[in-house]
Amino acid sequence: MIALLAAQLSFLPAPVVTVLMILLKILIIVLPLMGCVAYTTLVERKVIGYMQVRIGPNRVTLLGLNFLRGWGQPIADAVKLMTKEIVIPDGANRFLFLAAPVVALAPALAAWAVVPFGGELTLTNINAGLLYILALTSLSVYGIIIAGWASNSKYAFLGAMRSAAQIVSYEIAMGFALVGVLTAAGSLNLGDIVEAQRGSVLHWYWLPLFPLCLIYFISGVAETNRAPFDVSEGESEIVAGFHVEYAGMAFALFFLAEYANMILISALTAVLFFGGWLSPLPTFLGELPVIGTLLGDGIHWFVFKTAFFLFCFLWFRATFPRYRYDQIMRLGWKVFLPITIVWIVLTGAAVVWHLPPWFAHA
Amino acid sequence: MAQQIIFYAFSALVIAAAAMVIVLRNPVHAVLCLVVAFFASAGLWMLLEAEFLAITLVLVYVGAVMVLFMFVVMMLDINLAVLREGFARYVPVALVFAALMMVSLALVVGPKHFGLALFAAPLAHAADYNNTQALGRALFSQFLLPFEAAAVVLLVAIIAAIALTLRPSRQTKAPKPELQVQVQRNDRVRLIKDMDAEGTP
Repeated sequence: MIALLAAQLSFLPAPVVTVLMILLKILIIVLPLMGCVAYTTLVERKVIGYMQVRIGPNRVTLLGLNFLRGWGQPIADAVKLMTKEIVIPDGANRFLFLAAPVVALAPALAAWAVVPFGGELTLTNINAGLLYILALTSLSVYGIIIAGWASNSKYAFLGAMRSAAQIVSYEIAMGFALVGVLTAAGSLNLGDIVEAQRGSVLHWYWLPLFPLCLIYFISGVAETNRAPFDVSEGESEIVAGFHVEYAGMAFALFFLAEYANMILISALTAVLFFGGWLSPLPTFLGELPVIGTLLGDGIHWFVFKTAFFLFCFLWFRATFPRYRYDQIMRLGWKVFLPITIVWIVLTGAAVVWHLPPWFAHA
Repeated sequence: MAQQIIFYAFSALVIAAAAMVIVLRNPVHAVLCLVVAFFASAGLWMLLEAEFLAITLVLVYVGAVMVLFMFVVMMLDINLAVLREGFARYVPVALVFAALMMVSLALVVGPKHFGLALFAAPLAHAADYNNTQALGRALFSQFLLPFEAAAVVLLVAIIAAIALTLRPSRQTKAPKPELQVQVQRNDRVRLIKDMDAEGTP
């Protein structure tokens, strides 16, 4: 379809058409993503509400339809946040204070450039995709520390310091977990990593790399500052942490970044360990007429798996009490790091000896 | 054409950011400019089709090293007045050293050794060229021994850094989780008088 549109625009110079097509593809990815972020906030409140035997938001309807109770809530929230005043605290560093939310959001969106949604469905298919993801997720910490510093507030600064130390620590465990995946797949290309898992549910990397899979997801929860690792916000001791001084849209951008990162981590867990767009059902079901599109490989499996891991984020938040700060550090450095190193060595050995069924092709 | 525009944009950004690192008074701003400089140089490396090096520069320097830099610089209570004291007095000496360094730099990396005549523009690689794979091949075959030596040096540095900051004799009250989980009822509760388990005498 995009190729057809490009052919229609052939009266323009070729580079202009290329840039326009890239912008169009970016819009196709970012707009649904922003929609997902908005509705994740509603789902979060609903899910946690039901887990705590409450109903959750149920006042704002959509289009006046009664059975959509609560569905208008994200839109109402967005309108409220956009029309609120952005208060800049006295003595704050004006430029950095306003730049920090943008710095937080930009890498969260840019990382989506290489995520493979389906066989050919991706913005760019680059060789070093995994490395690119790792580099961009490591940038997300800047928004937080700049915000904490520029706010000229002790609570915000304490939150930023906690968060910086936590993210840098968990990035190491996360990076090592990814090293295991790239050893197993023999490629840094996310599409190739999914293809290497082709077969059945038992061929996906969650089985041979089970500890790495767990560590990757838990580190992802810690990276995004979500409960039970949300000490950088810790409302009981430092009010709201790094974004305590923010209001209105500036505050909303931090929220957008956090939720975009959550969805990204869920999507990556699906791609790296759970076969991305591959179907868990036996192959012959995918070859059936009509219903085969649904049972075979496709973007819907990617969306379904991502949604499941996103649900886990909310589930964790409703279930676990917050970790104490020293316990977070202990878990990252003394538990996760040694496990990943041992498992990388084991994975390397398995690849060298072509352990079937996962590494026979390597 | 497009490549040249990108090249000059990134080069201008590197130079501007590097100049700002030196000129800016606020150390946090200076560190942020250094981050920008690293980022822009990563862009230049990307133009050279060295995507592994470019992304690793962002990952290691921007994502980890500079974060710790920021961490330290933000915690410092730097008194700028004291730092600027005696600036005028040292200017002549500083100028002499700066001139010396400029001359030596010009001699070493000047056009005589790094001119365009000596370094032709690199040929563009084929579309299936994989920089990560090429680097890996070179490092683990041609340059295996230097690579291993560098790894050993890094390992020694890590162990030395830990050994320097480790103070085992310090009396800390830090909780030990491995002991905490092993606590039994009898360690914490002492029954006085004749009481049974329910606490009735």
